[in-house]
Parts: sequence; C-alpha cells; structure tokens
Amino acid sequence: MPFTTGEKAESPAEAASAPAPAEGAPGLVARLKDNDLVASFLASKMTMVAAVVTVVLVAAALFAPWIAPTDPFDPAKVDLLDSHLPPRWVEGGEARFLLGTDDQGRDLFSAVLYGLRVSLLIGALGVAFAAAIGITLGLVAGYVGGRVDAVIMRIADVQLTFPAILIALLVDGVVHALLKGASREDTAFGVLVLSIGLSFWVQYARTIRGSTLVEKNKDYIQAARLVGLSPVLIMMRHVLPNVVGPVLVILTINLGLAVITEATLSFLGVGLPPTQPSLGTLIRIGQQFLFSGEWWIVAFPGVTLAGLVLAVNLLGDWLRDALNPKLR
Amino acid sequence: MIAFIIRRLIQSIGVLLAVALIAFTMFRFVGDPVNQMVGVETSAAEREQIRKSLGLDDPVVVQFGRYVAKAASLDFGISYQFRQPVTKLLAERMPATLELALVSSAFALAVGIAMGVYTALRRNGWLAQVFQAVSLVGVSLPTFLTGILLIYVFSVLLGWLPSFGRGDVVAVGSWWTTGLLTWTGLRALILPAITLGLFQMTLIMRLVRAEMLEVLRTDYIKFARARGLSQRAIHFGHALKNTLVPVITIAGLQLGSVIAFAIITETVFQWPGMGILFLQAVQNVDIPIMAAYLLFIAFLFVVINLVVDLLYAAVDPRLKSTVTAS
Repeated sequence: MPFTTGEKAESPAEAASAPAPAEGAPGLVARLKDNDLVASFLASKMTMVAAVVTVVLVAAALFAPWIAPTDPFDPAKVDLLDSHLPPRWVEGGEARFLLGTDDQGRDLFSAVLYGLRVSLLIGALGVAFAAAIGITLGLVAGYVGGRVDAVIMRIADVQLTFPAILIALLVDGVVHALLKGASREDTAFGVLVLSIGLSFWVQYARTIRGSTLVEKNKDYIQAARLVGLSPVLIMMRHVLPNVVGPVLVILTINLGLAVITEATLSFLGVGLPPTQPSLGTLIRIGQQFLFSGEWWIVAFPGVTLAGLVLAVNLLGDWLRDALNPKLR
Repeated sequence: MIAFIIRRLIQSIGVLLAVALIAFTMFRFVGDPVNQMVGVETSAAEREQIRKSLGLDDPVVVQFGRYVAKAASLDFGISYQFRQPVTKLLAERMPATLELALVSSAFALAVGIAMGVYTALRRNGWLAQVFQAVSLVGVSLPTFLTGILLIYVFSVLLGWLPSFGRGDVVAVGSWWTTGLLTWTGLRALILPAITLGLFQMTLIMRLVRAEMLEVLRTDYIKFARARGLSQRAIHFGHALKNTLVPVITIAGLQLGSVIAFAIITETVFQWPGMGILFLQAVQNVDIPIMAAYLLFIAFLFVVINLVVDLLYAAVDPRLKSTVTAS
C-alpha cells in the first residue's frame, strides 16, 4: 500500500521541524487507519511537503550569512550601476545575480535570504512574547480567580473584538509616539515584536486559564498548598507543566499569522525601514517598480513569504488535528 | 426577552466605555495636546492659557467624562496633521470605505456560497478539489500580496482594469459620494473588492461546505429524498436554506473586520478611504484620528454584534425559550 511508505517517510522529516513528533505520529497513524485512506494520504503528503519547505526555509534563514553570495546591506559592496538587473536566466541578467537586483543594486537572492531571516526572527520572538504574556495572565487569572480573573478576561474579550492587525498598528503608532526622539531604524525591530506580542496574547490566556481552572482543584495542588508553598511557586512548578501542552499548537498556528502581521506592517510602511528590510519591506519596495515591468523585485520576496506562511499553516493544521484527542 | 436585550445593551455600552478609556488615554497622555497645537514661538503664558481653555488642568475623571460626552456628539477634536476636525475628515472618506466593504462582502457571500455548495455536493470532483486548494492558498496569502498579484495580472500585463484610485464619483445627497454610478468607478472597484473579499470568500466557502455536509446527513433530508423530491429542491430548498443562518451570522460579524482590513487593501490600491487616513495617522502620530478610528471600529463591532444577537433571538425559537427561562 503506497500510503504506508508515505507515512513512514514523513516521520523523519517531521522530527526535524515539528517540536513534538512523538505525540503527533501515533495520532496520524490512527487517523490514517480511521479515515478515508486516499484523503489521509493526500493530507499527509501535503504535510510532508510543508515540513520539507519549512525546514528548508528555516535553514536558509538561519544560515543566510553563509549561503548568501553577498552581504546586501553593506553599502561598500553595493554598486548603483548594478541596479534593476533582471534574474540570471532573463535577457539582460548577469551571472553574478541569481535573482537579479533591486533599485539600489542589491543582490535580490541575498536580500530575500536576509529578509526571511528578519521576518522569521520577528515572527518567532513576537509569538514567544505573546505566549509569555498570555501564559502568565492566563495562569494568574485561572489560579487567583475573583476580581483579578474578571479584569483580565474582560480585557481579553474587548481585545478579541478587534482584528490583530489593527491592534498591532495602534501599538506601533502609540509606541513611536512615546519614543518620539528615537529614529525608526533603531526602534522598529523591538516595536514590531511588542506589537505582535500584544496583539496575539489573548488566545494563550484563554486556553491556559481554562485548563488552570480544572487543574487547581486537583489533589496535588491542594497538597502543595497545604505544605505551604507560595502561590507563585505552585503556579510555576506545578500548574504550568500540566496546562502548557495545548500552547504548542497555538504557537505553530500563530507563527504564520505573526509572520503575515510583520510583513503587513512593514508593507504598510510602519515596520522595518528599507535599510534593514524584512520580506514585507522588500515587497513594499518592489511594488513601486511593478509598473515598469520589473516583476522580480516583488515576486521573489512575495513567493518566499507565501510559501513560508502556507507551509507553516499546513503544519499547524496537521499538528492541531494530530494532537486533538477527539480525532484520535 | 426584554431583560436579555437590556443586558446586552449594558454589556455593549461597557465595551464602548472601555475602548473610549483607551482612546482617551492615548489622546490625553501620548504626546502633549498643547504642544501639537501651538508653534515654537508660543509663550509659556499662552500655552497655559490654551491648557486652561482645553480643560487639561481639570481632574482626569472630569476630562474623561468630557471626552465621552464630546465623542457621543461626534466631536473627536482637531487632527494634528490636517488642522481640521477629525469628524469631518472621517466623514469625507467613509463612503469610499463603506462602499468597498459592502461590495466585497457581497462578492464574498455570493461566490463563497456558490463554491461551498458545489464542493459539498461534488466532494470528489476535480473542480471541488481545485476550490479546496484555492481556499487553502487564499487563507495563507497576505492581503497585500493578493492585491499586488491582481494588479500585475489585470493592470500591468493585460491592462484591463485600473490599478489605483476610485474613478469618477457622483455626489449623492449632501455628504455621500458614490463610485457605483459611473463606468470608471465600477471598473476601479473590481480589483480592490476582490482583494478585500478573498479571505472572507474562502472562510464562507469552508463554512458552507462543512454545514452542507452536516445537514445532508440529517433525517429530514433523508425524508425529503424518500418523498421523491427533486435533487434541486432538496439541495437548495432544504439543505442550503438551513445552512444559511450561521453563514449570514459569520458574514455579518466579519463586516467589521472587513472594514478594518480595508486599511491594507486601500493602501495597495490607493483607495481614498478611512483606512489610508488611519495609516497616515499612525505614520505621523496623529493621535486624534487614531483614537477616533478606534472608537469608530469598536462602535461598528458592538452594533453588528448586538444586531446579530437580537436577530438570533428573534429568529431562533429555541434561543428565545432559553432566554426567557434564564
């Protein structure tokens, strides 16, 4: 049966990218047995491709300084005479520049690699920050309860009525207003991480609060309280490890969203400046040259961004289904 | 029933007050309002005068009360960039954004429902598979990328449709302008509306498909088959009708985020709406506009939520009975 080999081949690829292959794999096997075979096979093949794409892109981002033929952000190495060159295989392209150059003569292949690095880094840090806020507030809300719980969850409710991108834009505007002395180049990175963190924490808080409410009435927590441990210690050492599981899935799904948010903010011109571009900034730059037929400046960052988000989303979907006890 | 309506109303007002508090905090404490209004050569005494006339020396609670009262009468102060009342600026651009949002929602509903029904009925057909794949890509593609792609194909390569602006607009009444009545206006609307509606379209398609598959398994559909009704009557008269309540709810609730997401689409297509105004405000730290826009979106969300809830209570007899029971 062809699907068995496909499923086996998937596991090693998964192990490299998904953080919890041990829990995920049996769920998938069970699902393959339960569900329509053809559909499952198609689904798992997609997951496999998604995993490979994710690994390749993450590796490319990690090793960008070694892979990239040039450092695109070193002004000394960039020559304006090289600007607006098409990709190598198009007429007029030069062998030095695989994917062509942008308006300032930067090698586009290198720029995309570095941009991918920045985008992924901001996305990951933003999601980690969101998880940190959400987990802390969720733990406190669930464990302490009462008025603290009510206040935190009302804030969460109100925030949920707004799209994340709007919150991120607002945070961006307000923080830049507060830091009016500093230039955007120095603060953009931190502000983006902050904006993403503050727009995505609600989901973590709700999930963690829900499981904390269940967990805090169990005997071992009562026992820990009886021994006289401090509430902070109980929350961190005893409650947290038992409620943190579902966060993994939210992390994966949110990474795609966070990368999109960063790219969107940069595209709108309130994210990273052109001197340290992310994928979104590169697309913003490239869009201006679309009408003169220079499609490559926008196409390669765009395809990279779309591929990354699609792959991460597929992995997230798969992880959610695989870890969902209802589907096992 | 009346108790339910009153409770929902109080909740909505609570949400609006909370958002107003955030808007007020931004307005009052992020950047000094006086500094934004005066020039460099204004003396300290004059500044003090303005402070007093604006009431910035009063207790914060009083100031918040005044802010809410003013906001309720649609006075959001003067924009720092344009030196004009924020309300006027927003009102000028509202027609463009609302038109774009409504047309793209209509597009999303029409195409989304059609694709959803098709994929549910011909689950294994190749076209259904294509639709499913497209919906997956549609969810993952960032809005601005879709917009750029459409511009490249239909404006740059094919040259069929304009890539920016609103075309010619016609004034309707004293303050509304519409692009729906001119040929250039309609042409200019197509690409932005598709870009903005694509995400909702995939959402609606997936929802309709899931709901249809659910409904088609129920007993009353089996019974309808047993009665010998035609396929068309079963699928569209019985099945689709019963999937539409959740679909219309979601579409209604999404209208608020469509308007918020219009920020991105408007930027890509240089559409002269509220979104661009808000974005300029963020870039130039024009707090009064940011605060007013925030309140506007909150108001919209609250109203839509309220209407949907009330409609639900009115339409669904089961909900009505539980509401009166509790």
